[in-house]
Amino acid sequence: MITDTCWTPITTVDKIPLHEGRAVTVNGIEIAIFHLEKRYLTIQNKCPHKGGPLCDGIVAGTAVVCPLHGRRFDLETGMAVRASEPSSVATYPTRVEDGVILVDLTSEDEVTA
Amino acid sequence: MKQQLVVVGNGMAGVSCVEQILKQAHNFEITIFGDETHVNYNRILLSLVLAGEKSADEIVLNDIGWYQSNHIRTRLGVKIAKIDRFEKVVFNEDGGATEYDKLILATGSSAFIPPIPGVEKKNVHVFRTLDDTRELLEKAKPGLKTVVIGGGLLGLEAARGLQVRGCEVTVVHLMETLMERQLDATGGEYLKRKIENLGIRVLLPQQTAALFGNGHIDGLRLASGEELEADLVVIAAGIRPNVELGRQAGLDVRRGIVVNDFMQTSDPDIFAVGECTEHRGQTFGLVAPLFEQGRVLASAITGNPGPGFAGAAPATKLKIMGVDIFSAGAIDESEAGVEAVRYEDPSLGVYKKILLKDNKLHGVILVGDIEDEHVYQDWLRSGTDLTLLRRQVLFPPRDADPGLAVAALPDSETICGCNGVRKGDIVQAIHKHGIVTLQQLKERTRASTSCGTCTGLCEKLLRAVTPDFQEETKTTLCSCVPFSFEQLRDIIRGQQIKSVEEVLNVYGNRKGCEVCKPALSYLLDMLWCGEHEEDRSARFINDRVHANIQKDGTFSVIPRMRGGVTTPDELRRIADVADKYKVPMVKVTGSQRIDLLGIKKADLPSVWADLGMPSGQAYTKGVRMVKTCVGTEFCRFGVQDSTRAGIELERRLENLFTPHKFKMGVVGCPRNCAEATVKDLGLVGQDGSWQVVVGGAAGKSVRKADLLITVETTEQALEACDLFFQYYRENAIYLERTYDFAERLGIEKIRKETVYAAEEEKRALLDRLARSKAMAKDAWTEGQNPVNPTQFVQIQPMEARVS
Ligand code: SRM
Ligand SMILES: Cc1cc2nc3c(=O)[nH]c(=O)nc-3n(C[C@H](O)[C@H](O)[C@H](O)COP(=O)(O)OP(=O)(O)OC[C@H]3O[C@@H](n4cnc5c(N)ncnc54)[C@H](O)[C@@H]3O)c2cc1C
Ligand code: SF4
Ligand code: FES
Repeated sequence: MITDTCWTPITTVDKIPLHEGRAVTVNGIEIAIFHLEKRYLTIQNKCPHKGGPLCDGIVAGTAVVCPLHGRRFDLETGMAVRASEPSSVATYPTRVEDGVILVDLTSEDEVTA
Repeated sequence: MKQQLVVVGNGMAGVSCVEQILKQAHNFEITIFGDETHVNYNRILLSLVLAGEKSADEIVLNDIGWYQSNHIRTRLGVKIAKIDRFEKVVFNEDGGATEYDKLILATGSSAFIPPIPGVEKKNVHVFRTLDDTRELLEKAKPGLKTVVIGGGLLGLEAARGLQVRGCEVTVVHLMETLMERQLDATGGEYLKRKIENLGIRVLLPQQTAALFGNGHIDGLRLASGEELEADLVVIAAGIRPNVELGRQAGLDVRRGIVVNDFMQTSDPDIFAVGECTEHRGQTFGLVAPLFEQGRVLASAITGNPGPGFAGAAPATKLKIMGVDIFSAGAIDESEAGVEAVRYEDPSLGVYKKILLKDNKLHGVILVGDIEDEHVYQDWLRSGTDLTLLRRQVLFPPRDADPGLAVAALPDSETICGCNGVRKGDIVQAIHKHGIVTLQQLKERTRASTSCGTCTGLCEKLLRAVTPDFQEETKTTLCSCVPFSFEQLRDIIRGQQIKSVEEVLNVYGNRKGCEVCKPALSYLLDMLWCGEHEEDRSARFINDRVHANIQKDGTFSVIPRMRGGVTTPDELRRIADVADKYKVPMVKVTGSQRIDLLGIKKADLPSVWADLGMPSGQAYTKGVRMVKTCVGTEFCRFGVQDSTRAGIELERRLENLFTPHKFKMGVVGCPRNCAEATVKDLGLVGQDGSWQVVVGGAAGKSVRKADLLITVETTEQALEACDLFFQYYRENAIYLERTYDFAERLGIEKIRKETVYAAEEEKRALLDRLARSKAMAKDAWTEGQNPVNPTQFVQIQPMEARVS
């Protein structure tokens, strides 16, 4: 039972292969959901550098590497991994219920870079 | 007349001592006896041999040529059984006698076998020598139930070695704490967790009561009553100095053969060095102090005695990849006047404890982060006053440029702890001998030849001191899997590893990154000829969707157009696709084919289907294309049918992956209209023959290709192409284009190992190529059979759920 109304059901878990990401546009917001071992993490899809699609990046541990110029962002915090590239992406709380991935798009966790 | 010097024991301490003697002015004729049948090898690295990271050949320290060129009589496989001190003769087991003027005992130690009932059974082993290691290697098989008795450095390294061979390993340790001589309880707990994370079971504190089984081992019973199944048992319960000879000769012997500060035993003509010795009540188990003993002994025996041996508190480092442990000095903080400073981060698995006494470093334990290890070594050795550094003792200041930090070290700073090589020695050697590579440095100074942990420091020092420093080609792939590409190739092949994840879990940091994952994907594909588990998430996006990503996130599509030859029908379909999908740009590429740029990921499958052409692989590290000229068909100068040969060449090699992109060209005469001599592989037509050329480039580098061979027929030319192609696939480092590959290996070597190789080697190369080719397929067929449901499909958000 989902009591909290801010959780938006996005898609089913089988749609996102392990260690890969997929983009979805919900209410005009483009997000990328990633599948790590036992969890799903969501960040904004657009790379702050030049808009690269982060959903297509290689997952390195809990970070994703932008496919265009290789910036790395931590999927948990949204922070750029290298201090030399100060920037960040929004992260969104994500959980799974009955095989459905739910994302809370209202509480974009802003990180200060 | 020369004096006879006899050395009993051909191990690390004995031979190192002889090396020191050779450096002094001496008047000895030297004979070395060793009961192992091998030349002196690096015992420390046996763990890496067990784990498949090094071969037996790679750990040899002194090859047979060294003994010969130094005129050392070497008797291998011969055990000395008796010393007659009054006649000054040693006898070997067969009774053969050798006279000596001076005698050095360097008999080392043996594995201690605790008196447990059943230890004599088959498949119960110790781990001390190369022969032990070979026996273990023969038995270690995936799934074999293995128990290691002893959770010290040796036991853990043995456990890890066997585990990477696929054995199911349990470590049984008598004490509450693993490596209790080097770690405190907390450090031991961290270590235990790390070892367990690797997939090794750890039982402690547990005493083994008995080993059971009928002749061979079936299992062991613990004192607690629990029974463990075991097909193989390794005992690593400590070492005992080999003192029998000394005792028999009537020398002063306690736990070890007692020596004074000049390594002399109670008989002034008999010296001892290494693990068999006892000095001021202390025995030894690590090489650093033993090499120091060797230096002292060498000076004393050659009549130039300098300062004596003062004992040592050596530092210990565990050699298990990903389990970083460093310990030096004292570990017990209950001692009066000792203060402990600690840091712990359980989720990072980092634990540090620093013991201070009189504001000086007294001991250090580092788990999980040992980067500052040499700083602590320096503080310990030099007794630096740390009053002003108190706030930083757990995180010593690091220089921004590590090269500068090394350059700033005092000359007396020990760089290689094992071999006692100081910074000053290295700098002097570099200048004196014009050393520019790490290998040369190793050969000259012996630095970094033992446990290898100072390699990084030596390299930094070289880099800082010599302007001409040459990087070795064997650099590691990336910090996630700290092995060279060549080593990884051997590891994956040797350990039969079939997935990227497995390589990262066993040999890496379990994460991987955009550098190592694609490289490992390539290695697996090449080594297993495509018969492995392909992990798409380890590939760059281009290889997941078989198209080249563009700056706006769309993709470009270049269909295969073999030899640059097309048909009106194909062109019509291309035009229709361009219209239907409103392709923003259609372009003729520099490789004689047509590019459709700006296609959405979701449209890729239907674009491919509508084109009805195979993938041109323009997005991957793989076979790109064969550019051809019109050749004999139409050209008035053409002497070979370059178009037909080019199309055939492309068919033979298409759909295969390569270390870097691979481009080819075939031309009908030396006018070279399709630029075959600046391609990775080219065929240049001549009257009655083909020249096969390799390693050409006209991109970032421009390089004229080298001639591999000249052959008569097209079939011969194509076979030469196959040979070079597969050889490059197997031997190049990932992301090494053929122009660098050809420079690195030299064309002579490439010729010898391809077109001029023995018939069976050629056959083997061609067979492996054929196997890979049989598994290779046109990637665009995945448009109709995707590997997962959302490979191309854009996910649509669900309708808000009806509650
Ligand atoms: C499309 C094409 C340009 C064109 O419009 O003609 C092209 C486009 C790109 N080239 Fe190229 N190269 C193209 C022919 C060439 C050629 C000429 C040739 O193939 O004969 C060369 C020189 C020969 C060579 O390969 O060295 C060439 C040398 C490079 C290099 C430098 C490689 C080197 O080691 O010297 C790169 C960068 C790299 O691979 O690291 C590169 C990389 C690229 C990439 C893939 C950059 C990238 O990673 O995104 C470009 C993709 C653009 C895009 O958005 O799709 N491209 N590129 C050509 C496609 C040929 C084809 O049909 O497959
Ligand atoms: C797996 C393993 C890992 C290790 N890791 C480390 C490490 O990381 N760091 C470290 O510092 N140390 C390490 N060590 C310890 C190090 O290898 C020893 O301290 C060192 O080899 C001791 O040198 P030695 O010459 O005294 O003895 P040895 O190297 O054992 O040499 C003694 C030789 O004498 C021979 N011999 C004995 N009796 C006779 C006889 N009567 N006649 C003829 N020959 C005889 C023996 O067969 C042997 O070959 C490790 C040891 C092992 C086994
Ligand atoms: S290389 Fe040039 S001259 Fe020779 S056949 Fe080809 S097109 Fe003709
Ligand atoms: S757009 Fe992501 S790194 Fe440049």
